[in-house]
Amino acid sequence: MNIIVCVKQVLDPDIPPAKFKVDSASKQVVPPEGIPPVINPYDAQAVELALRLKEKQGGKITVLTVGSDGADKAVKYAISMGADDGFVLSDEVFEGSDSFSMAYILSKAVEKIGEYDLVLCGRQAADWDEGLVGSIIAESLGTSLVTLAEDAEVVDEGLKVKRVTLDGYQAFIVPTPAVVTVSNEVGQARLPSGLGIISAARRQIPVWKAADTGIDPSLVGSAAARRKLFALSVPARERKCEIIEGETPAEAATKLAERLREAGAI
Amino acid sequence: MAENKGILICGEVVDGKLAAITAELLGAGKKLSAELEQPLGALLIGKDIEEVAQETIGLGADRAYTIDGPAFLDSLPDLYVALIAAACEKLQPSVVILGQTDMGRDVAPRLAAKLKTTAVLDCVGLEIDPETRALLQTRPVYGGNATAVWVTESQPQIATLRPRSVMAAESDTSRTGEIEPLPIVVEDSAIKGKLVETVKTEVEGIKLEDAKVIVAGGGGIGGPEGFEKLRELASLLGGTVGVTRVPCDEGWLPLTMEIGQTGRIVGPDLYIAVGISGAPQHMAGCSGSKCIVTINKDPDANLFKESNFGIVGDYKQVMPAFIEKCRELLSS
Ligand SMILES: Cc1cc2nc3c(=O)[nH]c(=O)nc-3n(C[C@H](O)[C@H](O)[C@H](O)COP(=O)(O)OP(=O)(O)OC[C@H]3O[C@@H](n4cnc5c(N)ncnc54)[C@H](O)[C@@H]3O)c2cc1C
Ligand SMILES: Nc1ncnc2c1ncn2[C@@H]1O[C@H](COP(=O)(O)O)[C@@H](O)[C@H]1O
Repeated sequence: MNIIVCVKQVLDPDIPPAKFKVDSASKQVVPPEGIPPVINPYDAQAVELALRLKEKQGGKITVLTVGSDGADKAVKYAISMGADDGFVLSDEVFEGSDSFSMAYILSKAVEKIGEYDLVLCGRQAADWDEGLVGSIIAESLGTSLVTLAEDAEVVDEGLKVKRVTLDGYQAFIVPTPAVVTVSNEVGQARLPSGLGIISAARRQIPVWKAADTGIDPSLVGSAAARRKLFALSVPARERKCEIIEGETPAEAATKLAERLREAGAI
Repeated sequence: MAENKGILICGEVVDGKLAAITAELLGAGKKLSAELEQPLGALLIGKDIEEVAQETIGLGADRAYTIDGPAFLDSLPDLYVALIAAACEKLQPSVVILGQTDMGRDVAPRLAAKLKTTAVLDCVGLEIDPETRALLQTRPVYGGNATAVWVTESQPQIATLRPRSVMAAESDTSRTGEIEPLPIVVEDSAIKGKLVETVKTEVEGIKLEDAKVIVAGGGGIGGPEGFEKLRELASLLGGTVGVTRVPCDEGWLPLTMEIGQTGRIVGPDLYIAVGISGAPQHMAGCSGSKCIVTINKDPDANLFKESNFGIVGDYKQVMPAFIEKCRELLSS
């Protein structure tokens, strides 16, 4: 089974909220100094699902990322987890691409790789949280799609995928090639092994420019974007917190209950 | 090409009834319809749904469109994508709003791809820019660390609306409007695969989304046993228990109880957070609570900044006396 996993490098979503800054004038996030970007956690989980499928079925896992300087780190991370191969898609003309252009860039790379049974994406990239790219890739490749997968297994007719719903799940059988977007319900992604880290570090990750996959430059970049950012801000969520104190924890607890009663909260 | 016109909401029918999100979509749609001075249409898919379609007119739709089809959870999403895309092609609306539900979050991106436009998911605010007449779509980004407002430059402008983020429309049964069945035939080739199973896990007691009081526990609870005290408090206050990501990752409690960006979005009157640090991804699911109370042993925990009341202390020492006092106050 040949699996292609799309991984994105994102600002570490675990940074303390106090370190998160935006420049509202330029509508940009200001990355905090000294905190390196990470592979999108959902994409690491997509790699995890790919590895589980490979363990059962055999096959090859190829990782793709669209990004600029340092984007190869996300590919190397996936390789250190156990993926076989990877490519970085990087070109000045990609800058400012929206989800549709991103899906187009990734679809062209998938087509260049050629033989694939499954394309895995994360349910959303933990930076802009859009949740679009995977579905659009399926649409442009014309494959079947299941979103928000918590599990997938190979069956006679193709792939059986469980999709998380609000109150449970649905199971689908879809023909391959298929695109599946992976939700956190698949469980934690394995950590890279020591050996994996060493062999990934040695790898040269090939970089494909627009022309290498036959991308039409007029369909990518900010000029082709179907949506524009109108405003970006940090929400003011602060409340005035009344800290309840007491000689002992029990006394503070008693006072808290009384204050909540006074305030009509209980 | 004719100019796109009108607002179309894609309502939902569950067990033959109008799902709550539909009235919220109509609430949002009515406002946009007034601002844009364009009519509001409601699209519903289901079996024998004339009556529920009539309800959407009472709730503010100028016209209701019905499509004969199964419930969303009884079909492959491909079917809904094809049906709604065909309806949009016929009606050429300028704005399409779905709920950020099982249905909307799956359908909207593919609908956008089919209609050669884009979609903005999980919006918490929708309004019309008075200058450009464009739909301003407000949504949390970066795990709730920031708020973005997007403008779509293609037509139709497709958005999904997060449940409970706007007021539901109120019914006025004297309103009149037409119901128009849309005969849409979906080609077999549009459906790639089949549904083999739909499983609904019944929740015991009160659903998190409906709860007036939630006692939530995080990594600070230390293990599954610690949740006993939280359950005791919750049942005393007529509420239920929720968790952060950590107790799920640790295997103490199931992910179905997770509150946050990728879990449940709740808005109780009282949210008591115990042993929770207050990461933005968690707050994204509970910041709409009326009153937030934090019990945490770390005075610098982020959650204190977003709380109304707090105790700095070990929950194991705080909870027993707190429960006891609550019981006393509630029985007097
Ligand atoms: C892409 C992404 C999506 C995510 N989505 C979600 C989501 O939907 N929901 C969610 O909840 N999380 C989500 N997370 C995880 C989130 O970022 C945080 O890691 C998580 O919410 C932290 O949970 P916590 O506060 O319970 O645990 P911790 O951060 O471990 O905090 C535990 C707190 O308990 C306190 N404590 C410890 N012992 C005691 C004691 N005895 N008494 C009192 N206090 C004590 C500590 O001081 C600390 O503040 C997501 C993360 C990512 C990257
Ligand atoms: N720049 C990128 N490079 C590779 N994959 C991406 C990129 N952007 C998005 N994806 C994939 O698409 C998924 C959804 O992203 P999004 O629609 O941006 O939230 C991610 O989890 C990735 O799997």
